[in-house]
Amino acid sequence: MSTVTPTRPVTGSLSLTAAKLPRFAPVLVAVVAAAAAALPVLFLGWGPIAWAILAGLVFLVALPLWARVVEGSRGATDRMVTGLVWAACAIAIVPLLSLLWTVVDRGLPAINTTFLTFSMYRTDLDQEVGIYHALIGTLLITLFAAIISVPIGIMAAIYLIEYGKGSRLARWITFLVDVMTGIPSIVAGLFAFALFILVFGPSTRVGIGGSVALALLMIPIVVRSTEEMLRLVPDELREASYALGVPKWRTIVKVVLPTALGGIVTGVTLAVARVVGETAPLLLIAGLTSRTNFNVFDGRMTTLPVLIFTQNANPGIAETPGGTPPGIEIAWGGALVLIVIVMLLNLVARTIGAIFAPKTGH
Amino acid sequence: MATTVVAEETARAKPRVGDLVFSRLAMGAGIAILAALAAVFIFLAIEGVPGLAKPAEFYGDASNFWGYVAPLLFGTILAAVIALIVAVPLAWGIALVVSHYAPKRVATPIAYVIDLLAAVPSVVFGLWGITVLARQLQPGYVWLDENMGWLPFFAGPASGTGRTILTAGLVLAIMILPIITAISREVFSQTPRLHEEAALALGATRWEMIRMAVFPYARSGMVSAVMLGLGRALGETMAVAMVLSAGGGISLNLISSSNPASIASNIASNYKEGTPGKIQVLIATGLVLFLVTFLVNFAARWIVQRGERRLAR
Repeated sequence: MSTVTPTRPVTGSLSLTAAKLPRFAPVLVAVVAAAAAALPVLFLGWGPIAWAILAGLVFLVALPLWARVVEGSRGATDRMVTGLVWAACAIAIVPLLSLLWTVVDRGLPAINTTFLTFSMYRTDLDQEVGIYHALIGTLLITLFAAIISVPIGIMAAIYLIEYGKGSRLARWITFLVDVMTGIPSIVAGLFAFALFILVFGPSTRVGIGGSVALALLMIPIVVRSTEEMLRLVPDELREASYALGVPKWRTIVKVVLPTALGGIVTGVTLAVARVVGETAPLLLIAGLTSRTNFNVFDGRMTTLPVLIFTQNANPGIAETPGGTPPGIEIAWGGALVLIVIVMLLNLVARTIGAIFAPKTGH
Repeated sequence: MATTVVAEETARAKPRVGDLVFSRLAMGAGIAILAALAAVFIFLAIEGVPGLAKPAEFYGDASNFWGYVAPLLFGTILAAVIALIVAVPLAWGIALVVSHYAPKRVATPIAYVIDLLAAVPSVVFGLWGITVLARQLQPGYVWLDENMGWLPFFAGPASGTGRTILTAGLVLAIMILPIITAISREVFSQTPRLHEEAALALGATRWEMIRMAVFPYARSGMVSAVMLGLGRALGETMAVAMVLSAGGGISLNLISSSNPASIASNIASNYKEGTPGKIQVLIATGLVLFLVTFLVNFAARWIVQRGERRLAR
């Protein structure tokens, strides 16, 4: 605070409060900036994006200048930072809106019942194609990833909270689980790939390999969220159960877990939502096929993200010159379906979380 | 807590089979996680170490493994650094809005929207990056080349498709924004209310309060948020693989199409044509990536833990 010296010269009458801009100042400046930016835009024929950027810049310069005259340099800095942090928000929302709009705009025309119920396998060129095989692949691989990771994740969290509190092993597990959240998905994929080609031969491509890779990515998320939930279970509940002579393991199974169930389900759903869009590991180990494969233990399986990637990379030739190649259409349709799945999972997770929120208050 | 200890002691006095089995199961699951992490390293090493010393023809233009991986590592780091330079100020700004500037009923939706960004799959980001972002930025690259070509970053010639390392870095920036925002938001909002009010009571403006009360308190959290973002950006595969049209060696030129791929995107785009020998080379590069990201994450978490311990004291 060494710079805090009275920056305003003391004028005629002594006032206890420093001069401030009127409350409506930011709004006024915003309107003026918008109008001022509209002038060159109208004359030079720029688009609305240029207008928004110009108006924002004018605002970010004008308001601090005004504040500098009235409030002094400290007030001006404060006004400028306020403007900058809100600008950061606006800038971050632009790509999200653009992305969602593009996906809906380009994906919606591709989606119909054929698209959702046909696979890419066809015996003659005129046959309709769809993404059914990729939907099934995504569903099964993610399901098996959950089957592998959920028990391990929940049991590990139980160990961390109920048994290992404060022990050296528990501290290491907590730390390494945190580190594990940062494992790149391609490394998880390479791990599953190395494991399976070592055990089953070099050309192995199998759905369960993808499940193993995804499980590796899911485990840390499940552990962290379950840990958080178990910590919220009040100790009074555990003690009441012990007082009735219930063994510790039955207390955990019958009292602690049911109390935390809503939160645990939320965590697992969010973990599934996180891995359902993973591409890189599945590209390596689950492979690509045009047929629908229901067996994760045998043969290649296409998943939705891999389908999007490969269709975009090899889009084929458009029926009419200059039109959209069929692969691009499929890729965007698949992207829309994938985003809808992920958003639905997030929505479900939040709803469950809200309904079963643990009652910690008294 | 004393009562819990008593309960544990009585349980120990009368050991029950169920208790023993359950606690061993729980401990086993914990150890299984450690084992899984070790297995990642071991299996990558088994398959990857032979890739370190192959005959020269496996490494394309380079003569040995390190000559092969160096440009890729450079590409990985360059893309990640671009992403950080763009994402970090934005993320801290958004985190400040959520924790200190916006009223609660505005802050909650903003936080939700940023979380939504984290939910978008990377392959969709890649698709959007090629189709929308690259095309929008391409005229900008031409302008940069013409007007700022004297800077080594914009030496040109400008890429005709816009699929440059700068575009890839920007897509990465959008992808790591949510994680940096989430962690920074968390540490900002943990600043003791009394510190903030004391600063305001001394006549600090809001920004001075944030600079003098919030930032010093949150410093270690902010650093680790950046490092976690860095770890994410280093390992991100699909967005780079789809957006960047790679080629050429180490170069600081951001707007032409002559930048090396990143390690992860190189694996994703080359594994298909790979012979077993070539695959071993790719897995070896994956091992390098694993070690780099592991170190970055390890350092980040270590800083967080140290910060937490300091606060607890």
